Amino acid sequence: MAVISYIEAVTMALREEMERDPHVFILGEDVGKKGGVFKATDGLYAQFGEDRVLDTPLAESAIAGVAIGASMAGKRPVAEMQFADFIMPAVNQIISEAARIRYRSNNDWHCPIVIRAPYGGGIHGALYHSQSVEAIFANQPGLKIVMPSTPYDVKGLLKAAIRDEDPVLFFEHKKAYRSIKGEVPEDDYVLPIGKADVKRKGEDITVITYGLCVHFALQAAGKLAQEGIDTEVVDLRTVYPLDKETIIESASKTGKVLLITEDNKEGSVMSEVSAIIAEHCLFDLDAPIKRLAGPDVPAMPYALPMEKYFMMNPEKVEKAMRDLAEF
Amino acid sequence: MEQKHKEAGLTDEDVVNMYETMLLARRLDERMWLLNRSGKIPFVVSGQGQEAAQIGAAFALNRDQDYILPYYRDFGMVLAFGMTVKELMLASFAKAEDPNSGGRQMPGHFGQRKNRIVTGSSPVTTQVPHAVGIALAAKMDKKPIVSLVTFGEGSSNQGDFHEGANFAGVHKLPVLFLCENNQYAISVPLNKQIASPHVSDRAAGYGMPGYTIDGNDPIAVYQCVKEAADRAREGGGPALIETLVYRLTPHTSDDDDRSYRTAEEVKEARTRDPLDSFRLYVKGAGLLTDEREKQLETEIADMINEATEYAEQAPYASPESALQFVYNEAAEEENA
Repeated sequence: MAVISYIEAVTMALREEMERDPHVFILGEDVGKKGGVFKATDGLYAQFGEDRVLDTPLAESAIAGVAIGASMAGKRPVAEMQFADFIMPAVNQIISEAARIRYRSNNDWHCPIVIRAPYGGGIHGALYHSQSVEAIFANQPGLKIVMPSTPYDVKGLLKAAIRDEDPVLFFEHKKAYRSIKGEVPEDDYVLPIGKADVKRKGEDITVITYGLCVHFALQAAGKLAQEGIDTEVVDLRTVYPLDKETIIESASKTGKVLLITEDNKEGSVMSEVSAIIAEHCLFDLDAPIKRLAGPDVPAMPYALPMEKYFMMNPEKVEKAMRDLAEF
Repeated sequence: MEQKHKEAGLTDEDVVNMYETMLLARRLDERMWLLNRSGKIPFVVSGQGQEAAQIGAAFALNRDQDYILPYYRDFGMVLAFGMTVKELMLASFAKAEDPNSGGRQMPGHFGQRKNRIVTGSSPVTTQVPHAVGIALAAKMDKKPIVSLVTFGEGSSNQGDFHEGANFAGVHKLPVLFLCENNQYAISVPLNKQIASPHVSDRAAGYGMPGYTIDGNDPIAVYQCVKEAADRAREGGGPALIETLVYRLTPHTSDDDDRSYRTAEEVKEARTRDPLDSFRLYVKGAGLLTDEREKQLETEIADMINEATEYAEQAPYASPESALQFVYNEAAEEENA
C-alpha cells in the first residue's frame, strides 16, 4: 500500500470520483490551471479540462450558490473555499439554502454538494488564514460536517461526501496537508459519514478529538502508555451530526474524558460532546469532563510566540491527559 | 384589429391562454386576501399588478424543459408553469398536500420539481446563483435549457445578484435575470434603492445586454424574453431584463401601505392595470367576446371555490412529520 500525504489523499479521492461519475466537477478560486493554492486539485485541470475544473470569479457566495443550483439540476459539485476563513460570504447560501432545501421542499428537492475548505492554524496564517469555523455550522440540521485526521480517512470520507445525497462541509486541516502521511489503498472504498473511529483502544482515560489533534493525542498516548496509563482515542471524523453512541460508549467505559479542539473553547463542537456525556454518562464518570481548547479570543495572532500560545500542541495535550489520569 | 401578438410570434390561442392565466392569477390573489381578512389564512403575499410581466416571461420559455426560480410574488408565473389553483390554495392553507413544501413554508415560497419550479426561501436573491448553477449544468450537459430567475428591484442590491450575474457573464451561461421592478421594496421607493436610473444599467458591468421594458404589456415582455432565451440557448449568454410594473397591493397582508404612499398614487397606477389593458387588447383582436368573458369569470370563480373548499378541508401534515426530511431518509434506512 502506498504511503501518501493528507493532501495527496484529497487529490486522489477527487480524481477517482471524477473518473467514476461524469457529473462530478470542481469549482473554486484558482482550482484550475494553478491546481489550488495548496495544490489539492493539482493535475485535475489537465486531466479533466476546464469544464470540470472551473476557475470561478472571486466571490464565495456565488461559488456555494452556483454549486447548489447545479446540484439541483443533477450535477455533483465539489466547491472549494480557498480558506475556511473565507467561507463567511457564503454562509447565507450554506445555512439558509443548502441546509434547508430538502426540508423546506418536503423532500421534493435536494442538494448533494460538497464544500471543501482548509482550516486550522500553525502555519503563520494569523487571524484570517487559521480559523476553525465548524462551530458556526454545527447546529444546522441538514448539514453534515466531516473533519478527517488521516490520509486513509480523507480518501474514504471525501468519496462518501461526494456520493452523499445531502450537503457536506469537508474541512481539511491545512497543517496536516503535508505533515501527515499514511497508507492509503489504491482501490475504491468509502467510509461512513456520521461514525466516529476509535483510533486507539484503552481503558483508563478517553480522549475525544478530531483533525490534527488526533495525532497529538496518539503521540501522547504512546508516551503515557510507558507510564502505565492506557488511553482510548476517539476520532470524531464527523463533527455534525455527532456519533453519540461511540461517544457515550467510550466515556462510560473509562469514566475520564478529555475533549480537545483547536477551536475557541466556548460554544465549540466539544461543548456539545460534553453535554452528551453529561446527559448520558453521569454515574459512570470518575472525573469532571475536561475540555482542552483554544482561548476565547477572536483568532490566532501572526507573531510566532502568540501563535504558539494559541495553538494546540503535543505538550499541552500530554499534560492535560496526564492531569486527567491522575485525577 | 390588434395584430401586435402575431408580429411577436404568438398565436391567437397563445394570447387567449395568456389572458386566461393572468385573469386566473388575479382572481386567485384577490380570493387569498378575502380569506386572510376573514381569518381563514394567516398570510398573503401578492402579485397583483405584476401578472403581465410574469406571464409574458413564462410563455416565452419552453415550459417542458426550462427552469424557473420565482420570487414570492410570482403566482402568475408558477400557474403558467403548471402549478394548479388547488395546489396554490393548499399552500395558502399550509396543508400536507401542498407540493411546494407540505405546509412547511409561508405562502409564496414556491417549488415543484416536476414542473422545474425551483424551491425558494425568504432571504431575498439567494435564488440568483442557483439559477446560474442550473444554467451551468445545462451548458456542461449540452442541453438546450434556459433558467429564468426573478427578483425585485430592491433585491438587485444584494451581493448574490451581483455575484451571480457576474459568474453568468464570465461563463456565458443560459440564464435570464428578470427584475420585476414594482417601484417599492416594502416601503422604500426606487430612488432610495438604486443610484442609477434603471436596474438594467447594471447589466453592462457583467458583460450582458440589459433591457428596461413595459411590464404592463405581456406581449412586449414575451418578445424580449423570447429573444433573450433564444440567444441564451444558442450560447449567446445571459441577459438582464427589467420589467417596469407597479405593486397594486401592500407588501403583504401584514403591511399598511398608507404610511408610505398616497392613495392617489395607487389609484393612478390602477388606471394602468395590466389586466385591463390586456383585456382591451384581446377584445380588440377579436379573441374575447363579452359573453366569453362572463363565462370565463364564472369558470374561474368555480375553480377557485372548489380549490378553496378542498384546501380548507384537507388535512394538515401530522405534527411529528416536522421531524422528517432533514436528510435523505432512504440512506438512513440503509445504514440502520
